[in-house]
Amino acid sequence: MKKLWLSLVTTAVLLTAAGCGSKPADNTQGAGGSSSPSPSAEAKKSYTVAISQIVEHPSLDATRKGFLDALKEGGLVEGTNLKVDFSTAQGDPTNNLSIAQKIASGKNDLVLAIATPSAQAVVQQVKNAPVLFAAVTDPVGAKLVTNLDKPGGTVTGASDTNPQAIANLMDFIAANFPKVKKVGVVINEGEPNAVVMTEKAKEALAKKGIELVKAPVTNTSEVKQAAQSLVGRVDAFYITLDNTVVNGVDAIIQIANDKKIPFFSSDRDTVEKGAFATVGFKYYDHGYQVGQMAVDILKNGKKPADMKITVPDKLDVILNLKAAAAQGITVTDAMKSAVKDPKTNIIQ
Amino acid sequence: MMDSMNGAVELGLLYALMALGVYITFRILDFPDLTVDGSFTTGGGIAAILIAHGTAPWLACLAALGGGLLAGACTGLLHTKGKVNGLLSGILMMIALYSINMRIMGKPNISLLSTDTVFTPLSPQYLIPVLAVLVIAVKLLLDAFLRTDLGLALRATGDNARMIRSFGANTDNTTILGVSLSNGLVALSGALITQQSGFADISMGIGMIVIGLASVIIGEAIFGARTVFLATLAVVLGSIVYRIVIALALRVEWLDASDLKLITALIVIVALVLPSLQRAWRQKAVARKRSADFAAVAAKSSTGGGR
Repeated sequence: MKKLWLSLVTTAVLLTAAGCGSKPADNTQGAGGSSSPSPSAEAKKSYTVAISQIVEHPSLDATRKGFLDALKEGGLVEGTNLKVDFSTAQGDPTNNLSIAQKIASGKNDLVLAIATPSAQAVVQQVKNAPVLFAAVTDPVGAKLVTNLDKPGGTVTGASDTNPQAIANLMDFIAANFPKVKKVGVVINEGEPNAVVMTEKAKEALAKKGIELVKAPVTNTSEVKQAAQSLVGRVDAFYITLDNTVVNGVDAIIQIANDKKIPFFSSDRDTVEKGAFATVGFKYYDHGYQVGQMAVDILKNGKKPADMKITVPDKLDVILNLKAAAAQGITVTDAMKSAVKDPKTNIIQ
Repeated sequence: MMDSMNGAVELGLLYALMALGVYITFRILDFPDLTVDGSFTTGGGIAAILIAHGTAPWLACLAALGGGLLAGACTGLLHTKGKVNGLLSGILMMIALYSINMRIMGKPNISLLSTDTVFTPLSPQYLIPVLAVLVIAVKLLLDAFLRTDLGLALRATGDNARMIRSFGANTDNTTILGVSLSNGLVALSGALITQQSGFADISMGIGMIVIGLASVIIGEAIFGARTVFLATLAVVLGSIVYRIVIALALRVEWLDASDLKLITALIVIVALVLPSLQRAWRQKAVARKRSADFAAVAAKSSTGGGR
């Protein structure tokens, strides 16, 4: 027991040292004139970060993991010099508000809010600490910030939509699938981001003379029947970042494989699961990006007021070759050449 | 069209087990049990996590059934021993199950896409017949159980608890048993749905009680419910009809995507209102006939000549 304890302490010390060691040399950049504390003081300084997440959900969990890993890279290790206070509202708006109030009444060095409802509650309540948001589709529409380039308050973060992604994907479909005349979308219209994205997709497809057909759901349990209703009426499936549908996506993958219908998604995780293609990014990377912003605020003295809202920068076409085989798609060289980084983004 | 009809029958059969569970509480026990929204996910979650860890799918189904029985027993205990109002005890159990399901599953969403399930050995054309046999078998077992002494006591509990207590039956125990059995069936349905659609999700049970009630009410309205045998058959058919109606509604061009819930509500309203309208009409017709007869008699007697 004693030995274990000792080894734990030594590892912790080593890790902290390593963390300080791996600090970028150019830490004066953007430090706003504040001199960075000496390493020894830093080893003693401990940070508290509160995280509020609306619901347990694969993409949101990946975002959180990426965030914490970025902090680890930046020398903030949970259990040694970092205390993480993580709460989830389990999808309940009332709990969501209570969590935000709890965070506001505590002493935190930084608050992370994952997904729009959590961010709205936290931004409304927490005034005494810098707030970062992640996995938010439309930060201005959600009234989190007024300006994407100069937020100007105590709030900044990362949006999970790159405005170009949808248009790029629709262009990819139109260019490589000349037979596709109708695209079917399974959608929960109770999700604002799904509605916005479907609208964008509809516009982009209309330019190419392709029609978009919606099949509605209100819950994950309805996804299968909605996808079945599209069979025979559409030539391809598409889904947005619609939490309800993404959680029920296995049912769509099954039908796409059975009926040989090409299936396009809006996030990388779904392609890894068995959709054919998307233009997108990994939620883990998205969280990591926000984690780097957090390190900038905590260790390099940056202020949220002058940190612009980031969007996923690793946008690329992502293909799943196994899914292509299952859905009867011949992957052409033109499709492959659309991928900038074939090593990571062509999934064998 | 054929695809979505086949799919509708398939789903209807799988959800029929859940509807049978709802029938036990709603019609037999006269107990408004909302545990269903939680226990459906419990069944799906248990099955998914076990199958993902390499358990045999049929064993996973049994475990899911067990989980549902337990959840239902808790609701029954709350209501009978804890003297909590029936509606409230179901709601309490439903929200408690959200966290419990999260614990069971370990994550909000478990995919079963590349794993073997109960349905893997079945080729698609045999799926519906096999499911039909399974559901009918469960239905017949339930019928048989409801004809035993214990089953009769259960039915009497819903009809007239005071009377059956005076005969020496313990209504607390019958209530616990009934609610437990109901949620066992619901969880089994959840386990099968999970395996058929390839995933379990923490929110998959939301709105289940409405679907269950809709199936029961539609079935009774169309097929009648004179005996237990007919009533349970009606519930199974009602579940299939409900799915078929939704499949049709999904294909109607002029309906907006957001109208789906309204359609569900309308189906149930029609199923509830139609029988009582028919009754009222029949009574009116009888009344009209009677007054016509009466008028005829009166007219006859008035031709009896003057004094």
